[in-house]
Amino acid sequence: MIITKSKPKELVLRSLGGRKRVFIVGCGTCATLCQTGGEEQVEEMASILRERSVGKVVVETPCDIRVLKRDLSPHLGIVEDADAILALCCGAGAQAISEFTGKMVVPGLDTLFVGETERIGRFYERCRACGDCIIDETGGVCPIVRCAKGLLNGPCGGMANGKCEAGGHTRDCVWVLIYRRLKEQGMLERFKEIRTVRDRSKRAESQELKTR
Amino acid sequence: MKKAYSGFMRALSEGKFVFTGEVEPKKTTKLDGIIRAASVLKSHVVACNVTDNPRARAYLSSLVASYVIQRETGLETICHMTVRDRNRLALTSDLLGASALGIRNVLVISGDHTMGGDNPGAMPVYDLDSTQFVQMVRGMVDNGIDLNGNPIDGEVRLHVGVVGNPNADPLEVEVCKVERKIKAGAEFIQTQIVFDVEKAKRFLKDLNPSIPVLIGIFPCKSYRVAEFIVNKIPGISVPKEYIDGLKSAESPGSPSESKNKIDAVNMDYFSNFIKELKKTTKAAGIHIMTMGYESIVGKIADGVLDEARGLN
Repeated sequence: MIITKSKPKELVLRSLGGRKRVFIVGCGTCATLCQTGGEEQVEEMASILRERSVGKVVVETPCDIRVLKRDLSPHLGIVEDADAILALCCGAGAQAISEFTGKMVVPGLDTLFVGETERIGRFYERCRACGDCIIDETGGVCPIVRCAKGLLNGPCGGMANGKCEAGGHTRDCVWVLIYRRLKEQGMLERFKEIRTVRDRSKRAESQELKTR
Repeated sequence: MKKAYSGFMRALSEGKFVFTGEVEPKKTTKLDGIIRAASVLKSHVVACNVTDNPRARAYLSSLVASYVIQRETGLETICHMTVRDRNRLALTSDLLGASALGIRNVLVISGDHTMGGDNPGAMPVYDLDSTQFVQMVRGMVDNGIDLNGNPIDGEVRLHVGVVGNPNADPLEVEVCKVERKIKAGAEFIQTQIVFDVEKAKRFLKDLNPSIPVLIGIFPCKSYRVAEFIVNKIPGISVPKEYIDGLKSAESPGSPSESKNKIDAVNMDYFSNFIKELKKTTKAAGIHIMTMGYESIVGKIADGVLDEARGLN
């Protein structure tokens, strides 16, 4: 899931500036689960904006242009008349809205990461979308995202008592986790292997996937 | 043992027990400080390490400092290179430059995370990790190619060393990591500072390395410095007897009297430390980190070397 966080309200209001007709779009999937762009948060922004809020809708998945078109179509007249759209969804959703409507879009959320949900309000980054998954070699734990240095042959010298130096030795060193997991799985030889350099050209430009 | 391009590697390959020192360039454009520090070390060590933005602080370049030290003092250097601040292109450039300028030893370090440095907003690079860096150096030195197989004009004459941490807990994870770096082609190991000789012994026993290991020590120039290590650097245990020794050496007296006493505590403690290492392990030498306390290096190193020659 894409994890988002609400931007401070005053920052959002500053970004909206003097715009008088604001249409609010929420997200019925990820941002609803994060409680950042569901019905409740859309309502809250509408009440903050009062008469400046000219309309609102929670789109099931605003990052999917097809769904966006479907869910926005009953509101097209108001959207057309709006001078800004406040997007309570991730960056992909906000850009889809911008692309589809051509309107000025103000992001109401910051997009943080691709994460795992422990419970509502507790999310952990688990995937950097690196395009080259190797977790079969690392006990099902991703060092690209969970090692602060993204090392492939860790741990580094900053590990102390099983903890990571980044952030002051409060979190577990992921390479110690990987070691333990592989040991449990009877695959310690995997830990000892040298993982060679990554091909960064895969991330050198924005990714497009066209399978047909 | 591969061909020795440096005096440091030659001494190691001849089985000599070696001492190395360390110089830390600062955030400065002045070179006199590093030249002075290296001059103090020169007659006591086979080479000196030159740090590369330690603790993620942006300082004068280790490559430039290494070159200047060698040129001005004649002391061979071990140039630190972290993979934190440069991608594979920049690292390749610096390795080529180092070789061209007569620097013959590099020590690869991951580098403390930028979050704890003096520009915490900086992007940490880590395009390569230290193991991959070793592989890259091997390709350059042994096969004359860069990481992507592009040919290099001229011979690359460098030795590459790596770091190990005997204080690491769990130690077996660290040992596996260092083994990887040896497998990748590292030629020597230098360790994180150790105060507890038993930790150094256990590390060497568990690793049973096929390449020379220099154990890192850090004589503290005051009780305050030792206290800082205990409180601020997690994972490094400092024996109480050493700390107590420093504390009582600082009891009232003239500053020079106190300094002599501190020197004596360090000479006594680390001479015994080294004697024990030499007696019980195959440690190839000692790396002495000083951070402004260069005067102690000769006192410790010369004492050990004199004793080996039967002069004490």
